[in-house]
Amino acid sequence: MKPSLNMKTPLTHGVDISALGRKIGQDAPSRADICLAVQNLKLFYGDKLALKSIDLEIPRKRVTAFIGPSGCGKSTLLRCFNRMNDLIDSVTIEGTILLDGHSILHPAVNVADLRRRVGMVFQKPNPFPKSIYENVTYGLRIQGVNNRRLLDEIVERSLKRAALWDEVKDRLHDSAMGLSGGQQQRLVIARAIAIEPEVILLDEPASALDPISTLKIEELIYELKANYTIVIVTHNMQQAARVSDYTAFMYMGELIEFGPTDRLFTTPAKKQTEDYITGRYG
Amino acid sequence: MANFLDNETLQHVSKQFDNELLDVHSRILRMGGLVQEQVGLAVRALSEGDTELAEQVIADDYKINSMEVSIDEECTQILARRQPTARDLRLVVASIKAITDLERIGDEAKRIARHAVDMAAHFPKRNQFTDLAHLGAHAGGMLRDSLDAFARMDVEQALRVVQEDKMVNSEYEGIMRQQLTYMMEDPRSIPVSLSIMWSARSLERIGDRSCNICEYVIYYVKGKDIRHIKLEEVEKDLRG
Repeated sequence: MKPSLNMKTPLTHGVDISALGRKIGQDAPSRADICLAVQNLKLFYGDKLALKSIDLEIPRKRVTAFIGPSGCGKSTLLRCFNRMNDLIDSVTIEGTILLDGHSILHPAVNVADLRRRVGMVFQKPNPFPKSIYENVTYGLRIQGVNNRRLLDEIVERSLKRAALWDEVKDRLHDSAMGLSGGQQQRLVIARAIAIEPEVILLDEPASALDPISTLKIEELIYELKANYTIVIVTHNMQQAARVSDYTAFMYMGELIEFGPTDRLFTTPAKKQTEDYITGRYG
Repeated sequence: MANFLDNETLQHVSKQFDNELLDVHSRILRMGGLVQEQVGLAVRALSEGDTELAEQVIADDYKINSMEVSIDEECTQILARRQPTARDLRLVVASIKAITDLERIGDEAKRIARHAVDMAAHFPKRNQFTDLAHLGAHAGGMLRDSLDAFARMDVEQALRVVQEDKMVNSEYEGIMRQQLTYMMEDPRSIPVSLSIMWSARSLERIGDRSCNICEYVIYYVKGKDIRHIKLEEVEKDLRG
């Protein structure tokens, strides 16, 4: 006999887990907490279907990680959230993505405004060849903010939130190119949060960094989720397990499993997820 | 014994990882075999008054202890080097816990053997040991079945062992009541009765620890922690 188990109703030892404030065994956050909702999303590169009917709800002020083998569509999905795929001619997108309940794929949406609300950090740090100070204030200046005192305040606050302030406060006007890789990545994050986005997308943010710089970025992600919704794509499963609250496993353009990270890494519901995270995929 | 690791578990991209998990599992079964033998010999030494055999059981306990330490070390290495997840993580966690229980069962066997040595000085009557031998066979059977469940990672077998525990407990209570009566009737029987009671207590604990091993089997296969939950609730949950 093969007993079937409903993973959504864990044994609770008679304790009322709702009182613990932690969403144990609860797969989906409540509707009001949804920041980004993806509904029946399909994406084509030319004729090739790269995302196959993705349905996903990303909770607000939490860290959601996308994991999966190369080419599974996780970065493609991430780039949909601030319409970076618009830059690729052959891409066509069907379906809906709602940010706070409003569609972001509609042609009338102001993409610059969307990208102000949904910031992005890439694998390789890409500071501008300018001073540290100017890097952080770049987005604000474009928005027309020129008040020196306000800019100073925002630079300090952003660099502090990005855990970089103590290392650079005495050389804010030095070139950003002189910083180490890890520092550059934190500077790029400071630049992203200077304009107060709601969502920060991180595409393999630590894969080019050494272990200590990686830990600093992970610590930073943990700090940042108090104020921002964070979506991270990572090849490093241990990293996903360490930093994220929710994990989505993707495979061949499909969302295979989405759930709380603590459950997904100990008792995944789908065999494909289990095979991937335990290293049986091949 | 059939080995569950032959099938699905051994499909890692890293074959070395497969070998490490297989090695831990088979070493636990070897350790379990030794523990089972020690329990059987201790109960025999007690019921037959064989002090030489009892001394041998006491002397051999170190083998179990050193197996525990070395399997523990291997599990720690796997955690550090492989960072296992999901089923693999549950196997390593279940293994670490199972060897702790096995080592404690070994200690109980040693304790029973000590009582066998102590009692010999009091020339007890052999018929006093009938119930204890029966309890010993029952608890030993639970241990054997729990190791069998661990070998095949068999949830149904594990549940059967957990159910058995009630019977072992009631046999234990029966022995306690009986020895209490003997002690009240004749205070000269107190030393022997106390040893019988302590030995019965050890056998009852062996039953409990066998149940623990079965709980780890269920944890490994189902990812469910069933400790401290009523058996009826567990069965309902596992059988749907």
